[in-house]
Amino acid sequence: MLNQYWAPQAVIKFSLQAFVVVTFAALWLGSGADVNAQQASKVSFKPPAAGAIPSQVSRINELIERDWTEYELKPSNEASDGEWCRRLYLDVIGRTPTVPEVTAYINSKEENKRLKLVEKLIYSDDYTEEFARYWTNIWTNLLIGRTGGTDDDSMINRAGMQKYLRDSFAREKPYDRMVSELITATGTTSPDDPKFNGAANFLIDKVNAEDATLATSSTTRIFLGLQVQCAQCHKHPFNDWEQETYWQMNAFFRQVKAFRKGMESESGANAELADQDYSSDHRRDFSEAEIYFENRNGIMQVAYPVFVDDTEIPRSGLVKVVNRREKLAELITSSKYMDRTIANRMWAHFLGYGFTSPVDDLGPHNVPSNPELLDFLADEFRTAAKHDLRELIKWIALSKPYSLSSRRNKSNQSDDPTLGVSPRFSHFYIRQLQPEQLYESLLVNTASASKGNYEQQEERKSRWLQQFNRAFGTDEGGESTDFNGTIPQILMMFNGEMVSEATSAESGSVINRLVASGDSPQNKVNKLFLAGLSRGPTSGEARMAASLIKAQSKKTAEGFRDVWWVILNSNEFIFNH
Amino acid sequence: MNFQTPKGMNRRHFMSHLAGASAMAASASMLTQTVRANATELVKNQKAAILLWMGGGPSSIDIWDLKPESSNGGPFRPIATNGDFQICEHMPLMAQQMDKMSLVRSMSTREADHTRGRYYMHTGFTPNPNIKHPSYGSVVAHELGADRNLDIPAFVSVGGNSEGPGFLGMSYAPFRVDANGRVRNLDMGIPVNRMNQRTLALQMMEEKFIKQNRGPAAIEHAKVIDKTLSLMTSKQMEAFRVEKEDEKTRERYGTHRFGRGCLLARRLVQAGVPFVEVNLGGWDTHDNIFDRLQNQKLPELDQGMSALLEDLSLRGMLDSTAVICMGEFGRTPRINGNTGRDHWARSWSVAAGGAGMKPGLAIGETNEDGTKVVGQSWTSQDLMATVCKSLGIDLSKTFMSGNGRPMKIANGGKIITDLI
Repeated sequence: MLNQYWAPQAVIKFSLQAFVVVTFAALWLGSGADVNAQQASKVSFKPPAAGAIPSQVSRINELIERDWTEYELKPSNEASDGEWCRRLYLDVIGRTPTVPEVTAYINSKEENKRLKLVEKLIYSDDYTEEFARYWTNIWTNLLIGRTGGTDDDSMINRAGMQKYLRDSFAREKPYDRMVSELITATGTTSPDDPKFNGAANFLIDKVNAEDATLATSSTTRIFLGLQVQCAQCHKHPFNDWEQETYWQMNAFFRQVKAFRKGMESESGANAELADQDYSSDHRRDFSEAEIYFENRNGIMQVAYPVFVDDTEIPRSGLVKVVNRREKLAELITSSKYMDRTIANRMWAHFLGYGFTSPVDDLGPHNVPSNPELLDFLADEFRTAAKHDLRELIKWIALSKPYSLSSRRNKSNQSDDPTLGVSPRFSHFYIRQLQPEQLYESLLVNTASASKGNYEQQEERKSRWLQQFNRAFGTDEGGESTDFNGTIPQILMMFNGEMVSEATSAESGSVINRLVASGDSPQNKVNKLFLAGLSRGPTSGEARMAASLIKAQSKKTAEGFRDVWWVILNSNEFIFNH
Repeated sequence: MNFQTPKGMNRRHFMSHLAGASAMAASASMLTQTVRANATELVKNQKAAILLWMGGGPSSIDIWDLKPESSNGGPFRPIATNGDFQICEHMPLMAQQMDKMSLVRSMSTREADHTRGRYYMHTGFTPNPNIKHPSYGSVVAHELGADRNLDIPAFVSVGGNSEGPGFLGMSYAPFRVDANGRVRNLDMGIPVNRMNQRTLALQMMEEKFIKQNRGPAAIEHAKVIDKTLSLMTSKQMEAFRVEKEDEKTRERYGTHRFGRGCLLARRLVQAGVPFVEVNLGGWDTHDNIFDRLQNQKLPELDQGMSALLEDLSLRGMLDSTAVICMGEFGRTPRINGNTGRDHWARSWSVAAGGAGMKPGLAIGETNEDGTKVVGQSWTSQDLMATVCKSLGIDLSKTFMSGNGRPMKIANGGKIITDLI
């Protein structure tokens, strides 16, 4: 359905190169107008119903405003153009806007300029590559974790996972199809293998060990927002799930095995995910293939594949008769839970908090803070958007709560989820940039932005990101990150390689070119503030910058380095606000 | 220079940076040494805790509370110790240090999944989606770290992330280092006065954003910047340089990461750090448990932990330093079909000692096959209360969580009386 809007891959590749050249050339020295003109000329299609604010937006606002009235919250003022533009770039394509980009938006007098910018970022060829890259990062972390595929023992090929996701996002694959492909994948994990199917990376490390425990818990948690793993060993502490519920879901994953392929491929690990007929070791009956689990008293019990809503599928273990994973994919993609989970996730992505905490726990014990809105988004995502994620993005990004300032007023200060209350979205909740967002934001302001091909760039990013990540090495696949506002992160921002490079004054660097440009000193400072914070300096900040520059006497470039360092280390920069 | 006077954050600190350049001059060094000599005495009596965190859930039935007569017992034999009880034969070095530690063999908890168990054993609270509780280290850092003139963080986690500061805020977050004590990105590579110019300008930016009422995260950012600055310029960073120890000491602790981590913990406590966590992961032994314990996990634990206790004791530091060894739960007494043990919280053991806790005792017991605690059982909050008590932390004190709900330190746990 979407091919009319999206060219085949070869053309996308072309626009990637075009993008790098255009953006980088225009980054500092080009004028905003030029970039805008180039971008406008490249928009070669009309997205569905372009130009009109989708009707879903007003319903979202209505349901949110109802909460404000009920909880007596006065919403904050609207965010400034610069702030809104900055958060949209960060949340949709994963980096801060460049100087020409933010200037063009601030200066635009167009009607519905917010809508136009959202549509540009999600539909325009110029941003396809960045859009796909960003959402690929997010989903890679979600599906295989931040550390998946980085361990020697892992069968995951991280590049393979990313390739699959990149293609999916660049080609606007409907969400239900993506989910189905991830659950049912067969094939090999490495892009170098003729049987390559990148989607196989999701399950490759999760099916062999411990009777596919990780496959069961990850699939239900990520796609259905149901945390059944507690019920693996005992009755769920908060709801009616028995151990049996867990093992019935687990029974869907018994027809699949992962096989390591002998040779490491050039791009890392390689392994094959394959369907195979299943029968239990006890009875060896393929037509009635039961699984066993041990209850708390050490007694063995039997289970067959039954979905969480009690739908049973035939019990045969023969793949030709019943492909259990295909059945599971059908059940998941037709489940309301899938729609609610992705709606909740997307809302949380843009607003900082979902309607439940945690965002992937929609079990019956965890009542959403705005159930009507969550259901509305979920239903519309299925019926109106036909599972097109970009529609969901558009509705949320254009909603009133997303447009509010993060400056709180007296009446809505209490609306602070860190205090343990449910979020009511009466102001924008500031949050730290994700490490990937930080990386790309620094990169877009660094001379090395265009160095290397896509794979090399991703490889470099991945190496940089790994410094923050640790896997717990337990059967829950848990991991943690250091990139959470602690001292090591501040040290990295103060003195780390990326920031040193971003603030370098060497020949060809951003500072070097800024200094060499014909701009007045004030304009140069102005550009630095716009690049980092999407706004110009206040008079106090301009004085501060002037003294920093003066302090370096004749070495002007050094002074600009200091100003840029200060901006990049400020809370205003590191927070999406 | 034309900067506005810095306000808020920590003026003393920023001023000390301005003074930093001259303080580095040689004339000050004599004075510093004298102060240091006195400080050593002081540090000896300063309370501290070292948590040896066994991530994944160690099989305490194979380590601290063996059941050789039961079919659940597994192949390991108990051996005598210089304490009042037996432990596993594969812990021979610890057997010689059990006069310094006690075992609580009657832990009974309810959280048997890793994430929940880790949270619960670190905080004394069960996970709650609406509130994040401070972990052991953050509580101790908050209570004991303030008056010590520490430039380095009061809560250090070696080789793992521990649990966070919850509502106490990011300035009580664990400072994570690897077992080599390497701290990256310490050097700005520019002269001190230029660094001061940058940081003063940065403070102005920070303050402006905070004043716009954007919420607590912005304030925390400024606080962590302040802590980072004090650490970057501090002599106390020497404490992280575990390679400064002589070779014999390093060998005694072990050249593996856990051993080095234990040695680093001792150095940090010497420098005045009130809470250090040392991580030894890999205890999630659902299969092949006995081989993994005997050949990998226990030798490391035995060497590192015994060296730490011996060293603390020889230096007279054990009387003021609590040592706790535990994970998120124990493991099933029944051995499963893959020669492994699964998660088990109902009856398990931890080891604790030092800081005035009674040594050499086995407190509480489990039944013959290890499946139940016989008599009184203890929880995470009880253990935490006991450790806090040994550190002289006032248990009647309550924290205000962000939403104004009072929270007792250690969640109102009972003191394990036999330990104190």
